[in-house]
Parts: sequence; structure tokens; C-alpha cells
Amino acid sequence: MSWSETLRTGVEAVRSHRLRSALTILGILIGIAAVILTVGLGEGAQQQVTSEISALGTNLLTVTPGSSTSTAGIRGGLGSASTLTLRDATALASPSVAPDVKAVAPVAQSSEVLTAGNTNWTTAVVGSTPAWLSVRGRQLAAGRFFDNQELSSDAAVTVLAPTTASELFGPADPVGQTVDVAGIPMTVIGVLTSVGSASSSATSQDDQAVVPITTATQRIFGSSGTSVQSILIEATSSSTLSAAYQETDNELLVLHHITTPAAADFTITTQQSLLSTATSVDKTLTVLLAGIAAIALLVGGIGVMNIMLVSVTERVREIGLRKALGAAPATIRRQFLVEASVLGLVGGVLGAGLGIVGAEVLPFFISNPIAISPAATAGAIVVAIAIGVGFGVYPASRAARLAPIDALRNE
Amino acid sequence: MTVIELDDVRKIYRSGTLAVEAVRGVSARIDEGEMVAIMGPSGSGKSTLMHIIGCLDVPTSGTYRLMGDDVSRMSEVELAEVRNHRIGFVFQQYNLLPSLQAWRNVELPLTYAGVGKLERRQRAMEALERVGVAEQALHRPGEMSGGQQQRVAVARALVTNPDLILCDEPTGALDTVAAAEVLSLLQELHRAGRTVVLITHEAEVAAGAEKIMRIRDGLFVGDGGLHVGAGA
Repeated sequence: MSWSETLRTGVEAVRSHRLRSALTILGILIGIAAVILTVGLGEGAQQQVTSEISALGTNLLTVTPGSSTSTAGIRGGLGSASTLTLRDATALASPSVAPDVKAVAPVAQSSEVLTAGNTNWTTAVVGSTPAWLSVRGRQLAAGRFFDNQELSSDAAVTVLAPTTASELFGPADPVGQTVDVAGIPMTVIGVLTSVGSASSSATSQDDQAVVPITTATQRIFGSSGTSVQSILIEATSSSTLSAAYQETDNELLVLHHITTPAAADFTITTQQSLLSTATSVDKTLTVLLAGIAAIALLVGGIGVMNIMLVSVTERVREIGLRKALGAAPATIRRQFLVEASVLGLVGGVLGAGLGIVGAEVLPFFISNPIAISPAATAGAIVVAIAIGVGFGVYPASRAARLAPIDALRNE
Repeated sequence: MTVIELDDVRKIYRSGTLAVEAVRGVSARIDEGEMVAIMGPSGSGKSTLMHIIGCLDVPTSGTYRLMGDDVSRMSEVELAEVRNHRIGFVFQQYNLLPSLQAWRNVELPLTYAGVGKLERRQRAMEALERVGVAEQALHRPGEMSGGQQQRVAVARALVTNPDLILCDEPTGALDTVAAAEVLSLLQELHRAGRTVVLITHEAEVAAGAEKIMRIRDGLFVGDGGLHVGAGA
């Protein structure tokens, strides 16, 4: 008996018991849709985190003072005892020292009160260099960013992030206006565009005031030293990121007169490591949810087995007749396996359909994005067929083992 | 050519410690083109004998040759092939698949034989025509009378062009008129050269055969063959 004949027989058998087949298919359908949706939900959360982190700038390395050690704890002091200085940043910006570094932006940051007219707004004042804009991957909505001249002259200029601008100036154009930063009047020369996302890290990205780092440290924060809180480094491309990491590491060890890398008083963080920390929680949740969905799928599979066993018992006469007419045990087994996998396939396809529809509809009700991957969907359908076959094996071999006379005798 | 050759065939059923000898050393020959009735009351062992002759079961001891081949030691797979190619069954309850149209029921043995789709359809239609139910080809069993269903079953038995047509109480579920029609159909096939074996407990049906073999308590009565006039 050819495969196409066997398939036709299987489809006919499924169709001739509509209600029962529909219920079995429903079990598989729910399991598959649950798997696709939970995996999609986890995938969506990860994509969101990934896009938020890459919104902080691409190919980014962040150097922070102190070093985390393998025995936990942080070596070196933060804040006043910061070991990173403007000199480090200047050295790293040199193409001869670090050829794979595209741009360097030292950052000194503090929370300050901004006043415009009679409006007060407390926000993060970020001191940096003109390279900050490109390193952070930000764009200007209006005006311009400060230049090197303003940097070297400690100019009283600031660029506001969109939330800060609207809190201070409302709908009015802030460019050219004056804002008091910690009591020092500064001219607003530009406004940044929004990073365009509603997460907490994006919110802080949209609420800050950027000033030349010299202005920040010497005029606003009032610290006389040249230490900075972090140095942001942009590699020339994603492929040179690890080279840039090495160059930064070596140069800072030399500058800090440290001979053993284990004793470093700074830490270099890649976006990748930020990403893995941020997504690990999501992953755990995804695995948990997918586990529950897999149980749903297992129950669906047991449903297939149950129905196939009932079907074998109920169709003893049919099986006997088919054997009398010359069907070999293998043919009977194949027929029942095909029947079970047809149930699995239909359940899988419908479940994938429901999952995809759910992925479109659900985000309107639960704010979380759902990302459906074609590979996962195809995989789910394959799994559904495998469940049909897997749970069909036992009923099918029972059918194949029936002796034709026992089967025919049944009246 | 000898179609069926039974030599001291025995069948013992065991269930627990109890052993029942349903067929106790039966020997017989049925030649090509014969129409033979195996007749006996219920419990006589005729069903067991029918199962053995139909290759649905194998004897416990003794040999059974079908068209010269010893089938008594064949594997299940080989037996399936023998049933498919050499034997056409007609059962009391017609045993048609209710979900399939008549012609699809008839082509079923050909499907298992691996015959191509077009040829299957053509041969099924020919067989249906041969037994006079060509007009019902697209009907499902539930839409046909008992007599028509049994004719479809005969068509299914014929379609593989088997060496033996084996009928188990073929008229048992039919009214007198339909029973007579089916019986005369079988006689017609016999006259056309087919080998037909009828298993029955009814004397009238057995009388339709040219030879009657009576079985009682697992043994043939007499010399295992009483000749009667064909069609008598």
C-alpha cells in the first residue's frame, strides 16, 4: 500500500470521527499555541531588552572604576577615590595607542536641580566630551551639541534630553534659553531626540542634561580633580570590539602602573555582558513558562494515545477485515501511525495559527511584545507530528498484532 | 490442479489448562473449478476449518497446501500476501467498510496488492458489473440492501482474480429472495470456472454446491465428499 493511499485512509478515518478527532486536535492545538506564545513572549522580552541596551550606543565598552573579583566584592574605591581620570580617556582616544577605538567619552555625572524661570526640575547632569553624542548613539532634535572649543573653555552651555526640556520649558523652544544648573546660568544650545521606548532605562535616557565635562567637574560639581565616573568607548566595528577591549585593558594597566591583570583597579563591561545579565532573568522565566506549555503538550499527546487506543478497540472488525483482505501487520501499523500523525499535524498547524493570531492580538491587552520566530513555529509543528507518531506507536502496534480471526469474530 | 490439499490437519485451542481440539485430523482435496460446501452444525469445527483454509489461522499440526504451496508454516506477513492474492472472502455480515463507497470497498484488496490507481478503479468497476451492482458503485454500504451489499462483497472477493473464493455463511444474513440471488451468483461464478468453497449450516445452501463435505465434532463424516448434482 503506497504512502499516498495510507495517508488518504488516515485522513478519512480522522474525518469519519469528527467530534472525537476535533477534541483530540484541540488538545494538541492548545499545547502548541501555548508553547509558541510563551516562547514568543520570552523572545519578545529579550528583543526589547536587547534593543534598549543597543539604544545606549553600539559596539560600546564601559570602563568603570574598581574591579569585581572572583571572590565577590569590589576592589578600589568609587566616587572621590575614582581611579579613572580624564588623562586615561585622552590616552585611549589616541589612534596609535588604541587603533580599534573609534571614540572615547569620559562621563562625570551628578544629580542637580535645574531652574528655568520659576520651574525646578531635578535631573542627572552628565558631563562629557563632544564624542558622547556618537558613542551614545544619540541624535539632536534641535540646535547643536557642544564642541571642543566649548569643552576646553569650560563653557556654560548644555544640551537637554527631551523630557527635561519639556519639563522646564513646556512647549516653548528651549534652544537659546537660559537654565540655572546648580545655580550657574547656562545656555541651552540643543535638544536630544527621544530614545523612543517606555522602559525605565529609556526614561532616564530621555531625562538628563549634558554639559562639557570640564564645566561639570570644575563649575557644577565643584571637585577640583580630573577623575571621572566612567569612560565610554566605541569600537570601530562589532568585529573589533574584543580588540578594542584588549587595547583598553592593556593601556589602562600601563597608565595605572599595574603589572598583574588580576589586580586591575577598573572594570571593562561590554554590552554583551550587560545583555546577558539583563536577559538571564527573562530566560529563566521563558524556560519556566515553556515547561508549563510542554506539560500541556504532553497532556495533548496522551489524549492522542487515548483516542487511538479507543479507535483500535472500536475498529477491531475493520482491522480484521483489512488483514483478511491482505493487509500485512506493518501496513496496519503504518495506517494507525499516519492517522495519529494526521491528528498531530492538524493540531500543530491550527495551534501555530492560533499562536500567531494570539501574538498579534495579545499585545493589545498585556503591554508585553510577543516575537514569533518562524523556526520556532516550524519546530512546534514538527513536535506536534512527533507527538502524534510517538503516542501513536503503542496503539498502532496493538492494532497490528490483532489476529485476523479474533478481529473478525468480534460481532 | 488441486487448489486445496489438507493432510491430517489438527487445530488445538488452549486456554489455561484446558485444551480443545476443534479440528481433529482432517484430510481433503478440492480441485480447481469445484464448488464445495462444508456443512456442519455450530461447534462442529467448520469455522476453525474455514479460518485455516482462508489462511486466517494456521493448523497446530498437519499440512495444508494451497495451490501446491505449504501455507501451514508460513509467517504472518506471507499469509497476508497469500490471502491477498489467492483468496477472496465473502462473510456473513458482508464486512464492508461503512465509510467507503462500494467501488472503494471493492478496490481495497488491490490497494494492499500495490496496484495503481487507474487500474484499481477499472478492475473494481468491472467486478461490480460482473455481480450486477455497477449502478451502486458510488453508494455507501448503508445506502444499499443486504443483497446488494453481499454482491459488493462478492465483487471484492473477485477483484483480485483469486484461486479460491471462500464464503462463510454467505446467505446467513439475507432474506430468502436475496439469499437465492447470491447463491445463484456464486453458482454462476462456479460455472465460469471459479473454485468456490461455501461454509454453511444450512442444507438448502449446501445443496447449491456440487459436492458437500459434512463435518461433525472436528472430523469429516463419511469419506469426506458426497457428490450431488450441480445446481440441484
